[in-house]
Amino acid sequence: MSPSSSSSTVALPESKPIFDWFFALAVASVVGIFIRAIYFTPLEALQGAAQKIYYVHVPSAVGAYIAVSITALSALTYLWLRDERADRMAEASAEVGLIFTTMVLITGPLWAHRIWGAWWAWWDLRLTLTLFLWFLIIGYLILRGAIEDPAMRARYSAVLAVLAVLVIPFIHLSVYFQSAGLHPKPIVLQPEKPKLPGEMLTTFLLSMCAFSLFCLALIRARYRLGVDRDRLAILEAERGL
Amino acid sequence: MAAAWLVARKDLAIEFRTRTAFFSALVFSVLAITIFYFAWDPSVVTPTDRAPGVLWVVLTFSALLGLQRSFALEEHDRGIDALLVSPIARESIYLGKAIGNLIFLCAIQVIAIPALALFYNMPVGRPLLVVSGIVLLAMIGIVAVGTLFSAMAVNTRLAELLLPMLSLPFFVPVLMNAAQAATHIFAGRPVAEVSHLLKILIAFDIVFVTACTLAFPFTLEE
Repeated sequence: MSPSSSSSTVALPESKPIFDWFFALAVASVVGIFIRAIYFTPLEALQGAAQKIYYVHVPSAVGAYIAVSITALSALTYLWLRDERADRMAEASAEVGLIFTTMVLITGPLWAHRIWGAWWAWWDLRLTLTLFLWFLIIGYLILRGAIEDPAMRARYSAVLAVLAVLVIPFIHLSVYFQSAGLHPKPIVLQPEKPKLPGEMLTTFLLSMCAFSLFCLALIRARYRLGVDRDRLAILEAERGL
Repeated sequence: MAAAWLVARKDLAIEFRTRTAFFSALVFSVLAITIFYFAWDPSVVTPTDRAPGVLWVVLTFSALLGLQRSFALEEHDRGIDALLVSPIARESIYLGKAIGNLIFLCAIQVIAIPALALFYNMPVGRPLLVVSGIVLLAMIGIVAVGTLFSAMAVNTRLAELLLPMLSLPFFVPVLMNAAQAATHIFAGRPVAEVSHLLKILIAFDIVFVTACTLAFPFTLEE
């Protein structure tokens, strides 16, 4: 391991205090939205209590999209500028993306089993796409874990991330051509007025905000962990440990 | 391009002299084709129905076997360093490696596909020719991605374990479309019916041959 090679001449940022206000706020808003969704939002007429998973499932998917987009953009930035901060950001957001994608893949089948009558439906576009996205993220993180040289790790993983961005439309198209699709058409984002009743819509939109905030807070916390880890590696190298 | 051909010829010459990788990949393919025959109850699923599935499973794994050795070959005695100092563009090294891999894998299929037709009593003639064409289209995409990942995987701690983990999600669109198309052709449907699937395959080949050629220099840079 040669940590010093990662730190060209860029001075590392100062270590931040342990307590993270942003993170605390994000956690509080997620807890708040759980309480609101469970106790203060009406039951859906046909699906009953099962529909409440909607307030976790869809916002998690949005969180996953945010995290994965940040990974892709950071990877491109890294290949372009060779800035190690971009690599650290890609690493942080990929890990968070894995968590959110996993949440989508857990809450999805739970809901599907109740409403569609099956845990899994291969020819549903979004379901299959999410699964392969999950595999791509895992591959990305395993690749990162398998390389010790920081510069090489950054380059290889950035190449993989950029290629993954290219393959996703192909997977999308391939499933699309053979799929019937069980997922409903958009309910909130549609030309006419959203079909969701007022109170449910409020809960849903608040939940979107809470989960996006939570996603960003996690990425920020993970990024700072990366900074501290690299600082530690450099300090250790300086002291000849 | 001439340089790429030189690199491909070098790899194929090494292979031709030893022939170990070729025979092991070939024996693997034929063994797998025969063993998978017993994976289904013949009274429930007819051999003609399962042949396309067996074809794609065997093809994928024999491709991974072949791709594995592409850059592992260079690790031995650090042959890759000699390639890098030679006055050849890095893109040509990649293309040469990819062409070598493509020829290697096609040579296996030239024997494996007739073996499949023989053991599963498939219709020979036109359908088999069309399917061979589909296999070639699929192979180009698989080799494009696999060659790049093989170059990356040899430099990691996991080496040969990493290649399938990185490649298989990328093979998904190739396998999905190629397998669907081949199933239709084997069932006697006209080519026009699967032309949209073939278009995706061709688009995949173009995009990934280009992208991987451009990305390859990033994986070498010391």
